[in-house]
Amino acid sequence: MSNDIHLKISNLSVAYGGIQAVKDISIEVPKGKIVTLIGSNGAGKSTTLRTIAGVVKPKEGSIQFNGEEILGKSPDYIVTRGITLVPEGRRVFDNLTVLENLKIGAYVHKHRLEEDIEQVYRLFPRLKERAWQFAGTLSGGEQQMLAVGRALMSRPKMIMMDEPSLGLAPLIIKDIFNIIKTVNAEGITVLLIEQNANLALKIADHAYVMETGVITLEGTGAALLADESVKEAYLGKRKE
Amino acid sequence: MDFAVFLQHCLTGISLGGAYALIAVGYTMVYGILRLINFAHGDIFMMAGYFMVFASSSMPWYLATPIVLIATVILGVLIERAAYKPLRNAPRMSIMISAIGVSYLLQNLATYLFTALPRGYPTLTALKKIFQIGPLSASLVTFITPVLTLALVYVLILLINHSKIGMAMRAVSKDFETAQLMGIKINRVISFTFAIGSLLAAIGSILYFTDRMTVFPFSGALPGLKCFVAAVLGGIGSIPGAMVGGFILGLGETALVAMGYSTFSDAFTFILLIVMLIFRPTGIFGEKVTDKV
Repeated sequence: MSNDIHLKISNLSVAYGGIQAVKDISIEVPKGKIVTLIGSNGAGKSTTLRTIAGVVKPKEGSIQFNGEEILGKSPDYIVTRGITLVPEGRRVFDNLTVLENLKIGAYVHKHRLEEDIEQVYRLFPRLKERAWQFAGTLSGGEQQMLAVGRALMSRPKMIMMDEPSLGLAPLIIKDIFNIIKTVNAEGITVLLIEQNANLALKIADHAYVMETGVITLEGTGAALLADESVKEAYLGKRKE
Repeated sequence: MDFAVFLQHCLTGISLGGAYALIAVGYTMVYGILRLINFAHGDIFMMAGYFMVFASSSMPWYLATPIVLIATVILGVLIERAAYKPLRNAPRMSIMISAIGVSYLLQNLATYLFTALPRGYPTLTALKKIFQIGPLSASLVTFITPVLTLALVYVLILLINHSKIGMAMRAVSKDFETAQLMGIKINRVISFTFAIGSLLAAIGSILYFTDRMTVFPFSGALPGLKCFVAAVLGGIGSIPGAMVGGFILGLGETALVAMGYSTFSDAFTFILLIVMLIFRPTGIFGEKVTDKV
């Protein structure tokens, strides 16, 4: 069983400038699945992902990836282990071209760059058309595609996405979610944070609900979709 | 003023400007990546002058020169490691104050170690050889400086726009955290930036001091400030801007001296700064601000 667990977070606590953002959480992400973490603003979801990626140093706890302890390791080491983060707000390098943004995604390795770029272009034909443009000139949806493409360039085993639907039009959100499913179908584990709980739960194999730094609920996506308290708090449906 | 004299002054101005440009590029690169005005940069330039004084006293120039370049690079990188790196997440004001501290430290260290008496800068005979081109006559260094400056800046721009480390530098300058997420070791990239800045300052110091003949502990202070002005003038963060700013200052100063107003040649630099800050604070090649939600 433990072989199937890709990422295992145990008793993780993170403090930020005196504020305890994440309190003693434990999360398991099975290999090849989509796991989502839902919750309102400030619940500590982003902090959790940034801690996994190594840019935030936690107070205590353990994060194991394929059985290896990665807590306290540098972000560049974690990328080489196969974890990548698509940050909130996309954060493409707007002073670099689309192609350069993709290349920088593959910064940690140099094998078959051309092939990987073609692969990303197949997934996002729009990026190929715009390869020579500065990323700052892309629309929000295109930037999100670029951010995902850039993350894929590192050849991840697990991709983490922080609010990929943020600020995008509903039609484009649908595209993005289809892409998430495509990426997952290629065998890449997905750990997804969303405020759009409805969409996230629909595609998730497993889901966690996070509130003010603690996990309050977990279950399969379908189970949480049907859960009364989740409905009330995150899906905008009232109890009768 | 007859035409040959005019050309002669232009040549002097461009040559002085070339040395300024090399130093200004160091300011602008560090600013581009750390948003820090490295006030110690002028003093690194001064230390490079002393390195040459000591290196050339015991070995020929072709050995002394690479040693000076390497020593200056090491000094620049060490300063970054010791005084700026621990403040990576501190407010920008703290790191700037640290830079001012390093500047005073270097000046006083030099006073303590080498005394405040000016030291004679070694005469690099090859560079001092007088050349005659048409009506112009000047030492080789005067001819070489602008050419070397242009070549170095060209190579630097190529490096930044077309190499992997250059791409990483541009990424780090935009967004530390996301650059880290890409697996870029940002400290390595920042060290590399300081290394290049210091290397250019060392080259600038050889060209500059060969013309001035003496080094003293404060001989980096005023050129340092002027080159900072040059960088602001060109648009801080922009490498071609820093180069153009350096040439403008060099030409402007020389023009004032030629017209007999040498008293005001330093004031000119700072008046130019004030005027620029009033009318075009982003400088000639100022960073484009593309705000997109």
